[in-house]
Amino acid sequence: MTRYLLRRLCYLVPVWLGISFVAFGLANLTPGDPARLMLQRDLGRQPTAEEVRQTRDELRLDAPFAVRYARWLGGAVTGDLGTSYRTGEPVARALLERFPRTLQIAALGLAGAILVALPLGMMAAVWRNSPVDHLSRVVALFSAAMPSYWVAYLLILAFAVRLQVLPVAGQGTWRHLVLPSLTLGLASTATLMRLTRSEMLNVLGQDFIRTGRAKGLSPRAVNLRHALRNALIPVTTVVGLRFAGLLGGAVIVETIFAWPGIGKYVLDSIFDRDYPVIQGFVVFMGSVFLLINLIVDVSYGLLDPRIRLAR
Amino acid sequence: MGELSVRRVRFAQRGGDRRAWGARPPRRGLLGRFFRDRTAVAGLFIVAAFALVAIAAPLVAPRDPTEVDATAILASPGAEHWLGTDNLGRDVLSRLIHGARWTLGTAFLAAAAIVAIGVAIGLVAGYFGGLIDDVLMRVVDVLLAFPSLVLALAIVGMLGPSLRNVMLGMVAVWWVDYARVIRGLTMSMRQREFVTSAHCVGAPAPHIILRHVLPNVIPSVIVLATLELGALMLAISGLSFLGLGAQPPTPEWGTMLNDGRLFFQRAPRLMLYPGLAITLVVLGFNLLGDGLRDVLDPHLRR
Repeated sequence: MTRYLLRRLCYLVPVWLGISFVAFGLANLTPGDPARLMLQRDLGRQPTAEEVRQTRDELRLDAPFAVRYARWLGGAVTGDLGTSYRTGEPVARALLERFPRTLQIAALGLAGAILVALPLGMMAAVWRNSPVDHLSRVVALFSAAMPSYWVAYLLILAFAVRLQVLPVAGQGTWRHLVLPSLTLGLASTATLMRLTRSEMLNVLGQDFIRTGRAKGLSPRAVNLRHALRNALIPVTTVVGLRFAGLLGGAVIVETIFAWPGIGKYVLDSIFDRDYPVIQGFVVFMGSVFLLINLIVDVSYGLLDPRIRLAR
Repeated sequence: MGELSVRRVRFAQRGGDRRAWGARPPRRGLLGRFFRDRTAVAGLFIVAAFALVAIAAPLVAPRDPTEVDATAILASPGAEHWLGTDNLGRDVLSRLIHGARWTLGTAFLAAAAIVAIGVAIGLVAGYFGGLIDDVLMRVVDVLLAFPSLVLALAIVGMLGPSLRNVMLGMVAVWWVDYARVIRGLTMSMRQREFVTSAHCVGAPAPHIILRHVLPNVIPSVIVLATLELGALMLAISGLSFLGLGAQPPTPEWGTMLNDGRLFFQRAPRLMLYPGLAITLVVLGFNLLGDGLRDVLDPHLRR
């Protein structure tokens, strides 16, 4: 297991370097001179050529690309992602401060999705072509097609405007968590449900299930202990991927529900052309995604010895 | 991995269900098989209907989508405005009809670029292998290391909000899926006799790739593109909804949803209709893609 873990860790290094390169390279897409933009913001007027030159020197913008990248990378490795143009606050701290709130709704949404999707997916597989199965297929089709921002408003309309049981937006109590988490979790519910179903069907068709049945195990033992456990292995991967997707997709939900997470922060920064924040966001989310992938790989190894021992 | 088995089960199950019906001839033409799949035909119907509306938008729309009418602000649906008007008195139905142009059009355009880039890179990496393949696949690995929305969002953020930049961001991120799938197919194609024999008679690599490999990967490309068009459309209008893509008064569906936000309690229909339109089209593409996959390429992932 240790060797497996080490191999995975080594693989992360080049990919992380690639991520940092993409994040740094992105800054070169910006139209206009960053020094001029910064001065315009700070001074509130057109800066003189002399001022621009001076700031370019201070920011060392005229150094070759490789030098600037190396300098920036050195900072990023030690947790220094630069400072926000808008607030002058260190980007890394701002991101870390808001990340737990995004994590909160994403984790809650995903937990809800798993709780609903696993039993339903299992039922759909065990009772194939039953009404449960057909219903789950229709629900999955529609929820895959509905835009999350539209679903969010349908939920607000139902629960906050008509029934008035939940707040429209904001934060504070547990009630504020419900709608954002629900919106985030819904799409994953469908995916996980269908995946659990097809994986269960796959496992149920295998020889050891027939053996289990033949030796007189109860259907319950066969379905839960033998089939579901094996079916869960691929489901784990998708749960990890969905989680990363939820964190990235939280921008829309956070904007709608005025949830002060990392997604809303980056969207505000985009409109304010606060480039260091956008850059930091890319490195940060890329790193989080890598970490999630690592956790998935490790749990995969724990769940399925065949993978860990291969090679 | 898991995907393989998902696909196998799904296919076996569909085929199995059908065989149980009994007296059907085992082999039929592609079209025949496609049209027996009722959900796929429904998908084709939805997509074709919206595409027609998009093409014929100026002919079908009762009014100009940007025509402001101060006397009919937030008017309810009625004889004059079938789906009512928005906060500026613009005819919602006309905006939806023209919106089909923007939403479907941008998705098609972006998809075309994505397919061209992804397929070209996949073919080159898969056919030549070696160093080219290694380098290209490391790039793919890095791009796959981001949740796709994060990178697209960052690209738009750096370039500045506009529909063109949203499409650029999408293209920059999404070609990766195609490159990976096409690379895999190309690599397996390389082992086939017709490719090795073409190589033996001295056909140059570009000729082999274009005449022998490409035609064989096209079915997979069609399936993948259809399946992903829906997701692409959701992503593009999502960014438009955030205000990053199409800017008002463009009647893009995501932008319309964004415009309707402020008036959402007074006139929820301003948000209901565009959302419904997006849902229907995406559903149509997903159904059509599923059907095409079963017919053209049962071995494609997802």
